[in-house]
Amino acid sequence: MPLDKPYLDVPGTTIFDAEQSRKGYLLNQFCMSLMKAGNRERFKANERAYLDEWAMTEEQKQAVLARDLNWCIRLGGNIYFLAKIGATDGKSFQQMAGSMTGMTEEEYRNMMISGGRSANGNRVIGEDGDAQAHRQPQGVAGKKGN
Amino acid sequence: MAKITASVFTSHVPAIGAALDLGKTQEDYWKPLFAGYDFSKQWMKDNKPDVIFLVYNDHATAFSLEMIPTFAIGTAAQFQPADEGWGPRPVPVVQGHSDLAAHIAQSVIQQDFDLTIVNKMDVDHGLTVPLSLMCGQQDPKTGAWPCPVIPFAVNVVQYPVPSGRRCYNLGQAIRKAVESYDEDINVHIWGTGGMSHQLQGPRAGLINKEFDNAFLDKLINDPEAAASIPHIDYVREAGSEGIELVMWLIARGAMADVAGGKPPKLAHRFYHVPASNTAVGHLILENT
Repeated sequence: MPLDKPYLDVPGTTIFDAEQSRKGYLLNQFCMSLMKAGNRERFKANERAYLDEWAMTEEQKQAVLARDLNWCIRLGGNIYFLAKIGATDGKSFQQMAGSMTGMTEEEYRNMMISGGRSANGNRVIGEDGDAQAHRQPQGVAGKKGN
Repeated sequence: MAKITASVFTSHVPAIGAALDLGKTQEDYWKPLFAGYDFSKQWMKDNKPDVIFLVYNDHATAFSLEMIPTFAIGTAAQFQPADEGWGPRPVPVVQGHSDLAAHIAQSVIQQDFDLTIVNKMDVDHGLTVPLSLMCGQQDPKTGAWPCPVIPFAVNVVQYPVPSGRRCYNLGQAIRKAVESYDEDINVHIWGTGGMSHQLQGPRAGLINKEFDNAFLDKLINDPEAAASIPHIDYVREAGSEGIELVMWLIARGAMADVAGGKPPKLAHRFYHVPASNTAVGHLILENT
C-alpha cells in the first residue's frame, strides 16, 4: 500500500521524508562533515577530491559543485544539512533560501521586508502564485528573454 | 512539590542570534524585533524560574542522519553551545538539571511516551536564541543563564514529525511528571520555533500573518483546536518549516487549564515580520 503523503501537491516544496532521507543519506552526511573546521579547509582546497571520498552519486556531486540547492534537494538533500555548505562558503541562511527562488539577494531581502511571500496561489500545484513551476525563475531573472 | 508556573513561546531564528552576537540589535532592521522582548526580559527577572524545560529542535547539529530521535530529553549536567559551521555562539555553557530531567524521563516514559535519553549533546541556536531573547545577552565566561535548563529536542527535520495532538498530549504528561517531583521548585516550560517560514525551494520566503495570528489566538484561548491542526495545514499555510509550531503545543499542553485548572493569564503577546526568512511570534502565559 502506498504511504500517506498529502504534501506532494504543495508547489515549490520538497518534504524531507523517510524516502528523501534515504536517497540523500550520504549527501547530507557529507554536509555534516563540514561542521569540522579541518574538513572545511580540505573541501575548499579541492572540492572534487573531497566529494570523491563519499560514495554519493555523480549527480549529487555535480549538484554540490554547482551549488544548486534545488537540485541538491531533489536528490535527497535537506536544507539544514545543505546549510553547512553555505556556512563553508560564508553565506547566510537568507542568501541560501533566496538562491532557490531565482531572485537576486536584494530582491529576496526586499520581499521579506515587505512581508514575505503570500500563501495565496501557492497552496496547491496548479494555482497561479509566484512559487508555481510555470513562474520560475522569479524576479528579474524571470523577465529576461520574455 | 514542583510546579509549572508559566509557559513561554518564541521563534528561534539563527539570524537573531547572529544579530545579538554581532551587536546589530539597534539597527533599523532589528530594533522592532528586540523591542518586542523588552517586556520579557523584565518579566524573567520578576518571575525567575528555578528550572526551564526548553522544547526546541536540533538543526542537523547534535543529531545527523545517523540517529533521528523523535523526542529527546537532555539529562546531562552541562550542554555546550554547538559550532553550527559559523563557530559556536559566544554564550554561556547551559547548565542542566540532571535530577529533574531523569525524574521527568522516568515518569513520562511510564505514561507511554518513549523518550530518548541523551547524556551528551551540544545545543544549537534552537535552544540558545530563546535564552538570549528572554534573558538578554550574557558573557560566555563571566555571565550565566539565570537557572538550569532541561533541553528537550523534537524531530521536526525529517517527516513525519510528531503530530500536534501527540505533542499536546506529551505536554500533559510532562506537567504530571513535574508535579510529582518532591522538591518545591518553580518550572517554566518553553515552546520554541516557528512561526510561518519556508527555507527551501521556489516557495522559500512564505509568510502567513493570518495563519500565525489565528494560531496565537487558538493557542491562548482554544488549545484543543490548535492541537487538532494536521501537519498538512502547517505545510500549506505556514511553510514547510512552519511545522516547528507543533513544539509550542508541548508547552501549551503542560498548562493547568488543560488538566481542568483555570485559564492562563496572557502576560505578553508579540508578532513581527521578518527576522531573516521567518515570522517571529512570542507569548508568555502564566498559570493563575
